[in-house]
Amino acid sequence: MTAAPAELVFTKRSVTHSLRNIDSLVTAIVAPVAIMLLFVTVFGAALDTTVGGAYADYVTPGVMLLCAGFGAALTATSIHTDVSKGFIERLRTMPVRASGVIFGHVFASVLRNLASTAVVMLVAVALGFRPTASPAQWAGIAALLAAYILVFTLIAAAWGLAAASVDSAGMFSFIALFLPYLSTAFIPVENLPDFLEGFAAHQPVTLVIESLRGLATGDPDAGTTLRAALWLAALGAAATVLTVALFRRAARR
Amino acid sequence: MTVRLTRNEPRPGYADRPAEAAISVSGVRKRYGDREVLRDVGFDVPTGQVFALLGPNGAGKTTLIRVLTTLIRPDAGTARVLGHDLRREAPRVRELISVTGQYASVDEELTGLENLVMIGRLLGLRKRAATERAGELLAEFDLADAASKRVALYSGGMRRRLDLAAGLIGSPPVIFLDEPTTGMDTRSRGALWKVVTRLAEQGRTIFLTTQYLEEADALADRIAVLDGGRIVASGTADELKRTVGGEAIELVLEDGTVTRETTDGDPELLREILNRHHRDGRAVRSCTVRKPTLDDAFLALTGHGATTREDAR
Repeated sequence: MTAAPAELVFTKRSVTHSLRNIDSLVTAIVAPVAIMLLFVTVFGAALDTTVGGAYADYVTPGVMLLCAGFGAALTATSIHTDVSKGFIERLRTMPVRASGVIFGHVFASVLRNLASTAVVMLVAVALGFRPTASPAQWAGIAALLAAYILVFTLIAAAWGLAAASVDSAGMFSFIALFLPYLSTAFIPVENLPDFLEGFAAHQPVTLVIESLRGLATGDPDAGTTLRAALWLAALGAAATVLTVALFRRAARR
Repeated sequence: MTVRLTRNEPRPGYADRPAEAAISVSGVRKRYGDREVLRDVGFDVPTGQVFALLGPNGAGKTTLIRVLTTLIRPDAGTARVLGHDLRREAPRVRELISVTGQYASVDEELTGLENLVMIGRLLGLRKRAATERAGELLAEFDLADAASKRVALYSGGMRRRLDLAAGLIGSPPVIFLDEPTTGMDTRSRGALWKVVTRLAEQGRTIFLTTQYLEEADALADRIAVLDGGRIVASGTADELKRTVGGEAIELVLEDGTVTRETTDGDPELLREILNRHHRDGRAVRSCTVRKPTLDDAFLALTGHGATTREDAR
């Protein structure tokens, strides 16, 4: 073993945090699974006709994103805690790249949420989810999920740095939990109320869900997937710039 | 009012300055909005000494520590640590210092051992060396038994010790302690004082801030009093005490009020004070004559007690 770069040390730290915070990890899996169970078992029969097929197949991509977003939102609290407890300040007095802390949280979030999303998918299979994707399409699903988690985590990081308190940092979880409801995660866009239709049809969560759905059923739409990728790239870039700026600002206080 | 008590005049010229000043500060100013937090602060800390910056809440102590530990830039003035300019050579300075803050900034989710190993790895130690160094420090700070316990389960005193141990992984020659014992019970405070004394014996330079006079008295080779962003006095504890004259006369009146006067040791003054109280019909319950404490010096220098000011940071 040689000396490790700061990013590696911080990633290990964040992964350890995730494994010790089993409560949060379980919540991040159980909440989406409970929502999925509710929709599939309680409303499933009624919704089969609405979506024109097995509801489990329809709803799984949305629930996976719900899980990914909800888990990624935890990063806001982790980062806020590191700022407010003086951990980052200590690093700034050391010959260390303090920004590595953010990298560690973000990278660990991608690993953690890919794992929890995989668990959610296995539960979905037990409930009747029957994906027909080719290996290449599976790779596409994994890549799209990873990108979505990355972007959502970066936004959560900026939120956590901007938050005035732990409570306001934690509020990001609610956004993560409710954003999929304003998309095609649970019902097709034409069944949403008119005033939501426009937003729901074009918001990035819908585009990512539709792309995942296409890949899972072996029938991807290149246009939708491209738009989803562009959205994620733009949001990711904006969130990175914002996170860097807020991290610098935190240093000046 | 600036009282200079140093026998060798503080800043006559570069050559007269102790060649190996560990910390040297001159003309440092910092303002936040229209509040001047530091106004023309200057002093030198010779290598190997324990230097205490004494002052009430809101005096600017933490701001000065933040300047000296490269966290914020002063609006004016220069500061050097072991000859390295804080502004231009901040990365080098960071290799030479460690800071233990008022709030233990250790990672609560990790164990004590994991915390120290992490810091060692960040400082470029290999895993094995980091683990060895962590073990040494845990033993030295009486934390060996708690090494594999999560820090969330540590007591306040244990956290502070771990925080201090974390600061020593890289064996820095200059150590900053920002109010290291604030909020500690007497026993933990005593333990921490021993640690500071031991570090000083190892030849390290220690810069500590405190609002406790007895702490500065017990630990420091030299003390500077910071009040309202200015150094109002500096010197050894004895020199500071001497500024208030010979003795303090403390009277406790029948109604419980305490009055304090300082004298040059002339017994006539005591007679005069007691007579005055008698004349005014105020019964005196007890009367003590004692050598001045740092508390008296502080009161004399700043015009208020050492405890708090309303404009706390």
